[in-house]
Amino acid sequence: MTEVRVAGVGLTPFGSHPERTGRDLFGEAALRAFEDAAVDRADVEELNYGNFMGALAEHQGHQAPLMAEAAGVRCPATRYESACASAGVAVREAVRTVAAGDADVVLAGGMERMTNLPTAEVTEGLAIAADDLFEVRAGVTFPGAYALMANAYFDAYGGSREDLAHVASKNHANAVPNEYAQYRKEVSVAEAMDAPPVAEPLHLYDACPITDGASALVLVSAEYAERNDLDASVAVTGTGQGTDRMALGDRDRLARTPAADDAADAAYADAGVEASDVDVAEVHDCFTIAEVLALESLGLFEPGEGISAAREGVTTADGDLPVNLSGGLKAKGHPVGATGGSQIAELTRLLRGDHPNSEHVPDAEVGVAHNAGGTVASAVVHVLEVAE
Amino acid sequence: MSDADPSGESPPTDRDYAEWLDALADGEGFALACPDGHGSLPPRRVCPECGSPDLSREPLRETGTVETYSVVHVPSPRFADDAPYATAVVDFGPTRLTGIVRGDDPDGDAAPEVAIGDAVTAAVGERATDGERLVVFRPAADRSPDE
Repeated sequence: MTEVRVAGVGLTPFGSHPERTGRDLFGEAALRAFEDAAVDRADVEELNYGNFMGALAEHQGHQAPLMAEAAGVRCPATRYESACASAGVAVREAVRTVAAGDADVVLAGGMERMTNLPTAEVTEGLAIAADDLFEVRAGVTFPGAYALMANAYFDAYGGSREDLAHVASKNHANAVPNEYAQYRKEVSVAEAMDAPPVAEPLHLYDACPITDGASALVLVSAEYAERNDLDASVAVTGTGQGTDRMALGDRDRLARTPAADDAADAAYADAGVEASDVDVAEVHDCFTIAEVLALESLGLFEPGEGISAAREGVTTADGDLPVNLSGGLKAKGHPVGATGGSQIAELTRLLRGDHPNSEHVPDAEVGVAHNAGGTVASAVVHVLEVAE
Repeated sequence: MSDADPSGESPPTDRDYAEWLDALADGEGFALACPDGHGSLPPRRVCPECGSPDLSREPLRETGTVETYSVVHVPSPRFADDAPYATAVVDFGPTRLTGIVRGDDPDGDAAPEVAIGDAVTAAVGERATDGERLVVFRPAADRSPDE
């Protein structure tokens, strides 16, 4: 197998850009990725692009050729859709393609445009990631689904809204120095507790915002990096994916996310590392409870112990295992089809030492990225390591 | 199926789901079960757990147990006039159902008083927003879940 290196990463600022088209957003992210990578566009052999609801938000299907144009590449281009894990699966296929020796250079990432729709329509759009017949028609919203998981978790293991408020407060604090983050402001535990309810027990600050943005990665083989004298010090050493029953009610246990367990097991085995080797993590905290479930699926905490990780300071910036130093989906923002790529971009910057929060993980060598779709019916995990 | 909605668009046709809702409304709610006892909901050609094509209809328990719930304050547009409402996942033996919880009064407003472990029955009600049918849970008379 060929080692896969991250030659360059590019992000748009995450936030509210209702007047900008998706092609413009992805074009910006790709431009930045090529500037970061110093790779010739003509060498790109495939474009793997993630997007979830472009047909609803922009009345634009068949987006991959459009995004190849926006990025200035001429190569086979494919759109990947896996709800909020769309970019994660796009990146995973890019990693597999390079690892298999089928291509030396692949451009991967994603884009989502959301704020041009009214909030109610975004709520409706996100809900289609659930089972239409047996969940959406039964009144399950996206926050409502995670609220069902939160109450099931509290019932199984204990924990409280205040524990979740610590997750929100932590991730908002991490976003403050991040130039790409949507909400660069601190939120106290008390403010999070006092916010209005969205779907109880989840309140406003338990939920990620509605975000426009794009992410792009230039992934190359180690041989290509060496041949072209690239500065590509971070390798993607492991990739894994898992799938679960679509409807939450059809899962064995409502307070666990087995698809992410499977993705993590596969990614760790692929990389030849264990959970105990992980120094830093970016996880899919679309809601605060989702970060807790992710930490447990990744094997970083035992079931029932992830809930107190933020409150006890283990996963804060100064803790032993910083989680979501980017600010997470929670504060950095969640343009759903771009998120999986942005997590790997942020982890790469953290490991390279050029992220505003790199100072908190100066000796980190192993990072893990966890990207989830729906109520984790889909999950993708990647392991990144400092290669040299 | 209901008539065309006020916007003039024809609702999508979901034959097997509509038939299943009809059965639930008639007090004959069922799940599909394979020989190994895995339960699922229609439409199915095979068991989603083991792939068996040998599926039979198995009655749902009359009373189910609430496994988790949430009170939704921010609804999608189709539930605009229903919020706040309580949504719940309820174990009915061969399968779980997801629906919204309403009070004892069949004509009452949404009553988001619910707790994990509550015993409820399942029926078919209407969305306040547009009259579309949906799964509704109500407190079970005897308050004791089966088994």
